[in-house]
Amino acid sequence: MKMKLLSAITLAAAIVLPSQANAERYTIDTKGAHASIQFRIQHLGYSWLNGRFNKFSGSFEYDDKQPSNASVHVEIDTASIDSNHAERDKHLRGEDFLNVSQYPKARFESNAFKENSDGSATLSGNLTLHGVTHPVNIRVSQIGHGSDPWGGYRRGFEGTTQISLQDYGINYNLGPKSKEVELTLSIEGIRQ
Amino acid sequence: MDKQKQAICMNTQHNLSSRIPTRSPDTPPTLGIRNSTEGYGLIAIALHWIVALIVVGLFGLGVWMTGLTYYDDWYRRAPDLHKGIGTLLFLIMILRVVWRATNVAPDDESGISPLQLQAAHLVHLLLYLLLFVLMSSGYLISTADGRSIDVFGLFSLPAIVTDIPNQEDIAGAVHWYLALSLIGLAVLHALAALKHHFINRDRTLKKMLGIPPQPTDQP
Repeated sequence: MKMKLLSAITLAAAIVLPSQANAERYTIDTKGAHASIQFRIQHLGYSWLNGRFNKFSGSFEYDDKQPSNASVHVEIDTASIDSNHAERDKHLRGEDFLNVSQYPKARFESNAFKENSDGSATLSGNLTLHGVTHPVNIRVSQIGHGSDPWGGYRRGFEGTTQISLQDYGINYNLGPKSKEVELTLSIEGIRQ
Repeated sequence: MDKQKQAICMNTQHNLSSRIPTRSPDTPPTLGIRNSTEGYGLIAIALHWIVALIVVGLFGLGVWMTGLTYYDDWYRRAPDLHKGIGTLLFLIMILRVVWRATNVAPDDESGISPLQLQAAHLVHLLLYLLLFVLMSSGYLISTADGRSIDVFGLFSLPAIVTDIPNQEDIAGAVHWYLALSLIGLAVLHALAALKHHFINRDRTLKKMLGIPPQPTDQP
């Protein structure tokens, strides 16, 4: 009787929660710096300015058999912004832009993952930046996955998206060509 | 004519009873290059007022330039000017400290309580200290990433310290609060000078303006 009940529960769980049963959890390898969050914005419309966030952490779940159940969670330390110019970084951390003393964290929380016909995928979710939460769609491609030489298993993606600074309440005038920021997220996860 | 004669007469009378020891009543009072026990010399006075002017100017420029927007004409020029003048101020301050150390200090005004004198000297010391730390913090902001500071294209000040965590942010906060403190202290210093001039009616401010002792001055 007891055995029967147990197997019934197991069976029910297997039916109801198939993805959870098979989903693999990955920790983004920020420790080994096999992950980066880069941004670029046009300078006056004449060139691209590149920068990145040096400190962030996160994890994702991904199941080869059911990619649509994939989920991603990333937390960014906004003060770690680095555009390779201390005076500019100081300005970017200040009230005109990220206001990092008031908003030290930016977050991305996914809520949907859809595979496209061209092999890429669209990861949808909410990005919280400068205290404002706004939906974003990230175009994702899987770079590869497999065993690493040290006994672990890794999987990596690259995602790109574009956000409007105004959507996040950042209204400092950098010119008409500099209202949008492109984000590139390169993440490698180590399977747990 | 009569009045003038009378004035000369009075002056002579005062001169006779004058107790200023270092000058004979006959020689006209002059402003020396170096300090004397009677007052500051030309160099010390010039350095004092040049520094005062630059400090106030740099404070105004600093507050103004941080409020500029990206498309302002002065967005790039103002910080360059601020850094250039700041570097020159540092050199002037070095000169000033050397000059101060190699010159006599004029005598303090009589009739000031020891406590008040100590307070005045402490404020002077703090003004010097604040100024040096303030200038250093500004230097640490601009050189945090290893970039040097260009001083009007004349020379560039190289970065030395670049590995303090969040250097530009910490140095920036220090720079701002010390600037406020320095201006506060300078206002106190100026008010004290005015108080000596108008209330105590002594030579404290006159000494820094290079006005030589007059026979009519109270000893």
